[in-house]
Amino acid sequence: MRIALEARREASRAAILLAPLLATLATLVAGFVVFEALGKDPVAAFHAFFIRPLATRYGVGELLLKASPLMLIATGLAVGYRANVWNIGAEGQLTLGAIAGGGLALAAGDAQVPSALLLPAMIVAGALCGMAWAAIPAWLRTRFNANEILTSLMLVYVANLFLSWLIHGPWRDPDGYNFPQSKLFTDAALLPNLVSGTRLNAGLLIALAVVAIEWLFIRRSVWGFEMRVAGLAPAAAAYAGISSKRNVWLGMLAGGACAGIAGVNEAAGPIGQLLPTMSPGYGFAAIIVAFVGRLHPVGIVFASLLMSLLYLGGESAQVNLALPSAVTGLFQGTLLFFLLAADVLVNYRLRAVRARPAAR
Amino acid sequence: MSRTTRRMTLATIAACALALALPAAAQDKGPLKTCFVYVSPISDAGWTHQHDIARIQMEKNLAGKVTTKYVENVPEGADAERVIRDLAQSGCKLIFTTSFGYMNPTLKVAKQFPNVDFEHATGYRTAKNVGIYNARFYEGRYLAGIVAGKMTKTNIAGYVAAFPIPEVVMGIDAFTRGMRSVNPKAVVKVVWTSSWFDPGRESEAANTLVAQGADVLTHHTDSTAVVQAAEAKHVYAVAYHSDMSKYGPDAQITAVTHVWDKYYTHVAQTVLDGTWKPDHVWGGIKDGMIKMGPFGKAVPQDVRDLEEKAEAEIAAGKLNPFTGPMKDNQGKLRLTAGQTITDDALSKMNYYVEGVEGTLPSGG
Repeated sequence: MRIALEARREASRAAILLAPLLATLATLVAGFVVFEALGKDPVAAFHAFFIRPLATRYGVGELLLKASPLMLIATGLAVGYRANVWNIGAEGQLTLGAIAGGGLALAAGDAQVPSALLLPAMIVAGALCGMAWAAIPAWLRTRFNANEILTSLMLVYVANLFLSWLIHGPWRDPDGYNFPQSKLFTDAALLPNLVSGTRLNAGLLIALAVVAIEWLFIRRSVWGFEMRVAGLAPAAAAYAGISSKRNVWLGMLAGGACAGIAGVNEAAGPIGQLLPTMSPGYGFAAIIVAFVGRLHPVGIVFASLLMSLLYLGGESAQVNLALPSAVTGLFQGTLLFFLLAADVLVNYRLRAVRARPAAR
Repeated sequence: MSRTTRRMTLATIAACALALALPAAAQDKGPLKTCFVYVSPISDAGWTHQHDIARIQMEKNLAGKVTTKYVENVPEGADAERVIRDLAQSGCKLIFTTSFGYMNPTLKVAKQFPNVDFEHATGYRTAKNVGIYNARFYEGRYLAGIVAGKMTKTNIAGYVAAFPIPEVVMGIDAFTRGMRSVNPKAVVKVVWTSSWFDPGRESEAANTLVAQGADVLTHHTDSTAVVQAAEAKHVYAVAYHSDMSKYGPDAQITAVTHVWDKYYTHVAQTVLDGTWKPDHVWGGIKDGMIKMGPFGKAVPQDVRDLEEKAEAEIAAGKLNPFTGPMKDNQGKLRLTAGQTITDDALSKMNYYVEGVEGTLPSGG
């Protein structure tokens, strides 16, 4: 006898809504066991993880600040993922965006360019460069049928080395003792602050605007509909004459543009200069966010907030309970595991299958 | 209002103010909350590990007078500022930020918390409540070079390095000068990994260097991979940051280790005494900030003596690894005979000295 997964004809609505709750519950139980085993009070640990980061205005600001790039990138990636276009290289597209936006900021330098002109220019430049970087795997896929998972991923390393070369070389701060970092941006090149006393900046508004556009795109546009069809039933889509090449281009470019803007937001937001690494892996974490959010714009908003809270909670648990950072990773992994496992059970059912004697 | 009531009111206000102020004053008398920000997980060896054993030692040295906590694996960039701010907010009175990339975040937070003292490792900017500290690791590199120069048979050493910043370059240069001070034929080959911590790439780089004839390896990266690779390939290794003899019992001939506990204890004590000032500390062998690791079994007595003699001379201030005549590897004279390098030139070093092969990536 063995256990087999059998696709459900239709997932029940109640199950779809209950699955995340069940996953959260299972995570809490697992967390309880882990914290208890480490000799920490589980209640205090949960408090440190989920309540304390949100207890102050600054904390809420940080939550939204960290959720913004995840939200933005995941929304862009979801466009492609729905049509089975797998852009794994958002981290590289983010880096290119930061280079383009940061390059403009550095070029403007002390030249008194008004912020109202400079910032939009930086964002457009970042989006274009992110798109250009994503266009490479798109072209390789449509022209040579090269697997975009591999090509987009490998371009991440190229992008990082390019940034590294720039700030070890031509863009290095001349007064910085040869350390690899650019000059600090002038105030005109920094995103305006939204709430005083926090670091929350206009990047959040950009992210939310992109989420709204994305929602309109999938709900109201023909191309959005066609991409969904292509993802659900590739053969039917091809039969209906839906261009798979256009889907690849749309999917990759949307991901690239969003990641590029996210790169500008990081450079012109909390960092304020170019550094060897512009993101602590937002481009990769956004892949998880996209799937936890079920590739739906609203789901992605919630998933990015959850992911951000897990990061902040991990730090807070370290500061307040001296929990090692590995526990944070473990806890995050547990939650994602249960979320995805619950998803599988929503769409499939387990069935015991009697082993048939092998045909002779 | 009559005179007496006014007086009574004043007295009440004063009493209230005192009552409010007292707990605060009492709190100040409690143990000094000292906090650390680490760039990588603590693990068994490496940069962060050395800071953490110093933290524990400091806690022992000042038992009852300090409490410590730390946050590990904090990426440089946007996240660092929040973590440092969180620590200051949670009552830390002395905060050590132990990676170069924390410099600007530390300065930003320090401005918001004028009553907290900050110490930033390896940076170059100070403020009213931000001091900086670093160690002259190159002194240890020079000494390790002496041992390597004596132990090599092929006269080629391999150096696995992370990023071409002055800190790393001066280590390569000092190691090379140490080697050539006892073995003028020695050359050093460098492979860059573009990462502080990437065991896979580090051991690949180590194998490449061995294939090119290197029979002594050293590294300026954070993992134990190079020492392990040397052990597997039966060549010698000079470990960095920590003593890694348990990863290369036969390979490790010596190690350049970082020792921060004396400094941390000193800083915490000055904060307790109220005499702390933002300083710019660059300590060396003399100050006990660098310790040479245990010699490997393979190192003969005469080599040990040679190294120990040089170590004593450096500690006494009689020997500087960068004393002229010194040429760079393009043949340009950088120091004339008898001239020693200035700290300013050292902290901007962006050239290879004679004996290092290749050109520095995007240096110059």
